[in-house]
Formats: sequence, C-alpha cells, structure tokens
Amino acid sequence: MRPAAGERAILELSDLTLRFGGVTSLAGLTMEVRRGELLALIGPNGAGKTSVLNCVSGLYRPQAGSISLTGRDGARHALQRLAPHRIAALGVARTFQNIELFKRMTVLDNLMLGRHVHMNGGVLSGGLYWGRQREREIEHRRAVEQVIDFMNLEPLRSAVVGNLAYGNQRLVEMARALALDPHLLLLDEPTAGMNAEEKESMARFILDVHEEQGITVVVVDHSIDVIMDIADRVVVLDFGRRIAEGRPEEVRNDPAVIDAYLGAKADDPGHDEDRP
Amino acid sequence: MSLDCGVFHTRYESDMGLRPRPLQRIRLGVFALFVLVFPFVASPYWLDLANQVAIATVGAIGLNILVGYTGQISLGQGAFMAIGAYTAGLLTLNFGVPWGASVFAACLVTAAAGTFFGLPSLRLKGLYLAIATLAAQEIVEWGMTHWTAVTGGTEAIVLPAPVLFGIRLNSNFNFYWLAVLTAAGTALFAANLLRSRIGRAFEAVRDQDVAASVIGVDVFRTKLLAFATSSFFVGLAGAMIAFHRNIITWERFTLSTSIVFLAMIIVGGLGSIRGSFLGAALIALLPAMITNVGRAIQDTAPQAASLLPYAQQAVFGIVIILFLIFEPRGLSKLWENAKDYFHVWPFAYRRGETRTG
Repeated sequence: MRPAAGERAILELSDLTLRFGGVTSLAGLTMEVRRGELLALIGPNGAGKTSVLNCVSGLYRPQAGSISLTGRDGARHALQRLAPHRIAALGVARTFQNIELFKRMTVLDNLMLGRHVHMNGGVLSGGLYWGRQREREIEHRRAVEQVIDFMNLEPLRSAVVGNLAYGNQRLVEMARALALDPHLLLLDEPTAGMNAEEKESMARFILDVHEEQGITVVVVDHSIDVIMDIADRVVVLDFGRRIAEGRPEEVRNDPAVIDAYLGAKADDPGHDEDRP
Repeated sequence: MSLDCGVFHTRYESDMGLRPRPLQRIRLGVFALFVLVFPFVASPYWLDLANQVAIATVGAIGLNILVGYTGQISLGQGAFMAIGAYTAGLLTLNFGVPWGASVFAACLVTAAAGTFFGLPSLRLKGLYLAIATLAAQEIVEWGMTHWTAVTGGTEAIVLPAPVLFGIRLNSNFNFYWLAVLTAAGTALFAANLLRSRIGRAFEAVRDQDVAASVIGVDVFRTKLLAFATSSFFVGLAGAMIAFHRNIITWERFTLSTSIVFLAMIIVGGLGSIRGSFLGAALIALLPAMITNVGRAIQDTAPQAASLLPYAQQAVFGIVIILFLIFEPRGLSKLWENAKDYFHVWPFAYRRGETRTG
C-alpha cells in the first residue's frame, strides 16, 4: 500500500541556487519529497527540472543552499558536497533524459552495474574469481534476474544495449536504476520520444515500482498527459523557482501554472523562448 | 548470446562460466593441445617467434585492459615495459634478487608508475590523455638513456638466464613453457577480472562515465585501478622480454614500441582478450612472414626480394589501415563472424553473436 502522504520528507531542498555564468538555473528553490510518494516535477523548457535532478545526484554543485536526504537508516545526509558515486551508495538512483546506458555492454552487464554499490571485491578477487567472489557474482545475478523479471526484459537479457530499440533502451535504463535497489528513484523524462502505447506501458512500470515496491519516485516531465495521471503530488517550476505545488487537479487549475506553463498566453502558447 | 540447440543452463553458475558451451570447451582443448605439441615439432626459429608472441600477448592484454576496456588511450606502453624490464633486470643483477621475485617486484613497480602517470586522467580524456601518457614515454626514454649510473645508458645490460626448478631457461624450448604459462595465466586473470565487478566498472567508465558515476562507480578510482592493473601486466611483459633475451637495451622500449602495441590491439580487437592474442600473433609474426616471402621469391624475382625488407614498415601500415576500414573490431570480430557462419552450417543465416570478448 501507498504510505499516506504528508509523512516526513525523504529529500529536502532549501534555497538551492545554481548558476552557470550569468544564467541562473535554480533561484533559491525550496521543495521537499515525502517518503513513499510519487512526485511529478513539471515546468516549461529551461525551468530547471533536470538541474534539480543533477544537483540531487551530485553532477552539479549548487552555489548556495542545501540538499538533505534521509537515508534508509534514518540518518540525514547533506548531498550537496557528496560525489555522485557516494550519493548512489545512499540509494539514490536515476535515469537520464537522453538515455545514458553502457552501449557496448549487454543488458545483463548494465544491470549488474546497478548492483555495483552493493558488491565488494577488487582487482585481485575479481581476477581470481574464486570462492567468495564467485558466490557474490551469482548472488547479485539472482537479484538482477528479479529486476529482469519485473521489467519483462527476459528476451533482451543478453543483447548488446546499443542494438536495442529506443523504447527498450528506456526500459533497460529504468531497470538498471532499479537494480540499485533504490531508496529514492529519479526519472528524467521517462516517456520522452515514446508513442502513446509506450508511454502507457512506461507509466504502468512507474506505478508498479511505486506501489508494489514502495519506492519514492520523482518524475520530471514536461508532457503533462501521463504524468499528471499517476502522480500523488505535483511541483511546478518556472525560471528555477517553485510556482505551484499540490495535487494534480489543484495544480492544473492554478492560475500561475496556467500562465507560465499550460500556454494560456493568447499570442504564442507553445514557445517558451517568447516569454518575457 | 545465441543459444546452442540442446544447451540449457539451469544454474547461474553454468550460464556465467567463461566457456559456457561444450563446443567452446572443445575448441579451447584443441588449442591447448596444439600449444603443448608445438615446441616438439617446431624449429628453434619458430619457437623464438612463439615466445615473442606469448610475451607480446601479455603486453597486449595489459594495454587492452586500459585502452580497449577502460577507454583510456595510452602512448606509454614502451615506457611501462621499460620500467618492468629495467626493474627486474637491475634487481637481479645488482642485488642478487631471485629472478622470480624481481619479476614480481617489477610488476608492482610498473603498476605504481602506471598509477602515477594515470593521475592526469582525472581531468583529461581521449587525445589529451594520450599526450599526457606520451610525456611518460618521453620521460622514461630520457631516463633510460641518460641515467647512466643506474640503467647503463645506451649500453646493453646482460642478465643471467633464469633458472626454474633447476632447469636453466637459456633455450627457447625451455623458455617456451614459462612464456606460455605466463600468457595463459594473464589471459585467465584478465578474463575473470573483466566479467566481475571491477571489470564491469572499467567498461562502464569507457562507455558512459557520467552514468557510471551516478550508478555508484567511483570513476577516478576506477581509472587509476585500470592504469595499475594494465601496467602490472605491461611490466610483466617487459620483465619477460628482459629474461627471454637475457639482455636489456633501451631501443626495445621506444615510442614506436608503444605504437606497435596499439596496432596489436586495434588489429586484434579492442576490448577482447582473444583479440589481444590474435593481434600480438599477427604483428609479431608479420616481419617473419615477410622474410619468408622474400626467401621464397629470391630465385624467381631477386630484385623484389631485396626490396621486401624495406616494405616491412609499409605492409605494417597497410594492415592497420585495412583493419580500420574493413573491420574496426579486428581479428576477434572476424573470428566471431567465422564461428557464426559455421554455427548452423550448412543451413541458413543466423543472427550474430551478441556477446563480445
């Protein structure tokens, strides 16, 4: 069952500021992600959605503000000073807008990399592949097979990822994130470039991850169709600020959102660069 | 991975084996048999070449770990082999260290040197990193020829022949067993490494370093590990060269050595253990083949035969260019294609093998 919303926050961003030269990507953003919820982070192009994910996963260093993650053990970790691989070890997994898979490796190896933080073993034990190391590989293979089963990737298990169709690559990337056994899952435009059918199938996977496995999920998207249907809560960004927050139906009718995002501007609704 | 008819893995252990299918094990057995019988039928000339191939295989596997698997281009192969050769040789010669221990020490010293020269990989990628490793090559080359007190400068260092179990390895026949065991051990270690945690991290860094970091791979540490592991085996190859000829000369470890080894792994197949061996074999045997062609046509076309030695460099270049154009994945891929072709022969076409290595 879905834990009741309104519980303690799993992730808190406060006064997060990120600039690239003169361009301000995040302007003192404050928001929270609650434990067990499916949060949609939406906003027009350039609103700072992906920047939020990049800050949380450690790829960008914010100039000011803090990011605080409540780990599995209940301890709080300040993420803004941690390297990406340390953040991953705390159970934060993500996917990318432009699928970032290990293209020359098989699906299986990609997923096994998802287990990297849970495994031990260095060069010597790997090279000898004996005793404990061998058992570990098999043990984690078992965990990976569960993810393969969950995402229905059995037929693709041994395929080289670079040869897969686009939609399948998206599924593999999500499976790789799931193999990390995440505490917090960040999905950057998981339905981008998909047709309606693929979008629905992806939405189904996201719901399953959220409901069956109880993982806290943050989905970034600018296509509102699917995401608004499955989200528990929506945060709307514009110009690096939070302009609205609430349940999907509340946000949908918020005048600020309509003005900034849903294209109520009479002259040119679709093009963000025309906005003042 | 294509499945053979009638081969069903019911345990992960068997599916994850290095040679999961019976046919693969049979092929390996046939090859092992050839390796065992070869020295008894081959002439000393061919035995010498076989030893060179075995040593080059160790060096090529080492380089392939770094370049083919981790994607860090290195022009410092010659330098690292030199560090291995000189460390092993000088330890034995000046301090009387048993040759086995000095070879192992040479591997460790080379691994440390490789890690040091790998530090620029924190910031540099691709060609820029290649230039940084070129610096390593130049520094070591200068050191070899100018630090006369230690290296003897441009003079050759003469070593005693190694003794193993009371047998002096002073002939190619005796050395053959050491060389083949070393090459086989290196190949096995590398194959195991590359199918386990650290090896996957190497490949992840090569394919997508940002995604690797986000999935929990410490990218810089992994690169340094790749430099260290690669240099360990490169140093081993250098030390083997020293004890094969019982002589160390600086000319064997120049920039052109680095390039020849890069050629080996490109022609053999980047990111393939088998390719490292095939490339090493082809490049090491190429001069011998040209010489043999020269001998064969000596009587019929003496003028062409006299030109052939000069053609060696050109043929070398042409082979590399042809591979880059027609099969960038090298001999290893050609071998895969041949296997695929015969897989269901004489029946229809089958979808290509997906597993590499």
